[in-house]
Amino acid sequence: MSTAPASIAWFARHELNLAWREWLAMMSGGRRTRGMVLLAVLAVVAALLHLLAYGLVAPWVADGITPDKPTLVLLTGGGLLFWSVMLSQALESVTRVYYARSDLDLILSSPASSRRLFAVRTGAVALSTVLLSCLLASPLINMLALLDGPHWLAAYGVLTSVGALSAAIAVAITIVLFRLVGPKRTRLIAQIVAAIVGAGFVIGIQAAAILYYGSYSRFTLLQSAEIVAATPDQQSLLWLPARAAMGAPLALLAVTIIGFGALLLTVAVTASSYGRHAISATGLSHVRTQRRPSSRRFRSASQRHVLRLKEWRLLQRDPWLLSQTLMQILYLLPPALMLWINYGNSAGAFVVVVPVLVMASGQLAGGLAWLAISGEDAHDLVVTAPVSPRSVLIAKIEAVLVIIAAVLAPLLVLIALSSVQMAAITAICAALSAGSATAIQLWFRVVARRSMFRRRQVASRAATLSEAFASIMWAGTGALWAAGSWLALAPALAAVLVLLLARLISPRRR
Amino acid sequence: MTVPALAISNLAKSFDRPVINNLGLTVRAGEFYALLGPNGAGKTTILRMVAGLLQPDAGDIAIFGIDVRSHPLAAKQIVAWVSDEPMVYDRLTPLEYLEFVAGLWQIDAHTAEAKSHELLDWLGLAPHANDLCGSFSKGTLQKVALAGALVHDPRLIILDEPLTGLDAGSARQVKDVLLQKVRQGVTVIMTTHILEVAERMAERIGVIAHGRLIAEGTLAELRARVGRETSLEEIFLDLVAAEPAAA
Repeated sequence: MSTAPASIAWFARHELNLAWREWLAMMSGGRRTRGMVLLAVLAVVAALLHLLAYGLVAPWVADGITPDKPTLVLLTGGGLLFWSVMLSQALESVTRVYYARSDLDLILSSPASSRRLFAVRTGAVALSTVLLSCLLASPLINMLALLDGPHWLAAYGVLTSVGALSAAIAVAITIVLFRLVGPKRTRLIAQIVAAIVGAGFVIGIQAAAILYYGSYSRFTLLQSAEIVAATPDQQSLLWLPARAAMGAPLALLAVTIIGFGALLLTVAVTASSYGRHAISATGLSHVRTQRRPSSRRFRSASQRHVLRLKEWRLLQRDPWLLSQTLMQILYLLPPALMLWINYGNSAGAFVVVVPVLVMASGQLAGGLAWLAISGEDAHDLVVTAPVSPRSVLIAKIEAVLVIIAAVLAPLLVLIALSSVQMAAITAICAALSAGSATAIQLWFRVVARRSMFRRRQVASRAATLSEAFASIMWAGTGALWAAGSWLALAPALAAVLVLLLARLISPRRR
Repeated sequence: MTVPALAISNLAKSFDRPVINNLGLTVRAGEFYALLGPNGAGKTTILRMVAGLLQPDAGDIAIFGIDVRSHPLAAKQIVAWVSDEPMVYDRLTPLEYLEFVAGLWQIDAHTAEAKSHELLDWLGLAPHANDLCGSFSKGTLQKVALAGALVHDPRLIILDEPLTGLDAGSARQVKDVLLQKVRQGVTVIMTTHILEVAERMAERIGVIAHGRLIAEGTLAELRARVGRETSLEEIFLDLVAAEPAAA
């Protein structure tokens, strides 16, 4: 099918083509066999997720699902969790629409309409947001449709509309930021807002659940009688998306009109300024970022200290990397809160808190280790310096571990106030988890720019999976050890096996 | 007899095919040596092996008599490497970058600081000493990288296409700095595709094709070899065209 050059359909086809090829290359690494393996893995994962969803949904369906208030509260609360993730992703993607250069210079310097390009790219943001949410929610929706009736398929319509609404809100926030703080700060603030929105709601509900019910589950709060009683009555418009998801036709129509109406309106209102804002973002590379003239004198230090200092300085000065990396710390807030609430009688809480801390240590260490070991922007300089490669690696590992220790130390002290033994268990398992993640990053190290941080997981899926499995296993070890069970040895052994396997399949160092 | 700045013998390196074949090359101390060759000839591979960025499959490399393979750190202590992509951190200022480089080479802090300010002045970077490097143009970044290469007073400077993407002013400044260093007794080895630069700056020129050194000498010697009084460009094209591809 041919479309008029530079029309909306033409741009859409171009974007779709590029997105498809990029996704294919990312997933298959350009190899056909890898694509087939990937398809098989995806099929297995989908089957497992559906099985998991069956376990969650079946008892609920067996009890009978009626559109009563508790059901509406649960669906709306769960939906809000999803929506926070969708909005976060849309915000990230919209920022890229304005700031990613690639072909933007070419298109903006051509006689093609930037408004049409903007309409297509905003649509693409909505589509990618919807696809991710569908991917996450589809097992639940499919199982509900299978067990309770096809009316639940309307939930896909709700997801699509909410995806459109998220894209609209994300564009509006970005434009407001452009006007309020200018192009230089918009990207950073939008990314931080995205991170906070993504994690904030989940963490907020968790914190509320802990404060009021002493539980770690988000759904305890949503199912509580107090919350159900405090929410508006069943006729409220607040429940419109939940009713729509349950298959009410009028509610679905209303949600669709709101979602897509908001997107169309936002595109219509903001498209004319797209070219201007994108061009203002282009000029950023020419803006000098001047630091205050430093009166600090040069200091003599060992080569390792010089390297460590450089790593800390670079991390501290890159707010985006810092926010991405230290995002993990936000997830430590609920366990910290739980420790504080349960201070004095926290024996049971440790079984929950220890694995969260161990897991977070592994994840934090993985990200930081990639930055320090692989993300070296002046690789040639470091390699040609008269420092042994071993010293360079040790210095970089030290830089990572010091940060982890600094982040964990206050929580370990808090635990130690209740139980020194539990603090020791946490410290040991967190060190093992962080050490494993760092070792895996070391074995799978590549030469990359720090700006590739976002795509590091794509570069080596084996490393990512090994890192995740090792962290989970050490977390399991921590939980069982904290519970006083000898079974803790099983996940510990599994973690060691994961590490051995990772070492075995890691690329040979030259 | 004085020790050569660089002595390469029987050097070989293969990737998916042989890239460097049994190469021998000697660069005298204190000379400006230009290494020329068509794309893919192996120039960068040779220099990366000299700088310790690649391991040779076979052969020997000695820098001022120090064997690069058996004493890599001692060799690196007296060498500076400058590539076409400036090796600079976006989030450090030029001063901080120089402090970092000086730290890697373990230069005394007092000496390094004085030297850094001198270099920044010399290269016209003093007004940008406290700007983050991420906002610099390619030319300014290359000058920062060059300052980094000079802060530890190397005896041998290896430059791989250092003038790529530089404007006339920056290129002139880089060339002036290199010539001044040669006058001070430092050895410079540089690859370039800008043949006029090699013609005007280099004392001796080596031409590489298919991983082999196919010609070497002063401009006059190379002219004598092709048998006509012509430009380096003509000589280079004649030499490369006459060289059969490796089997």
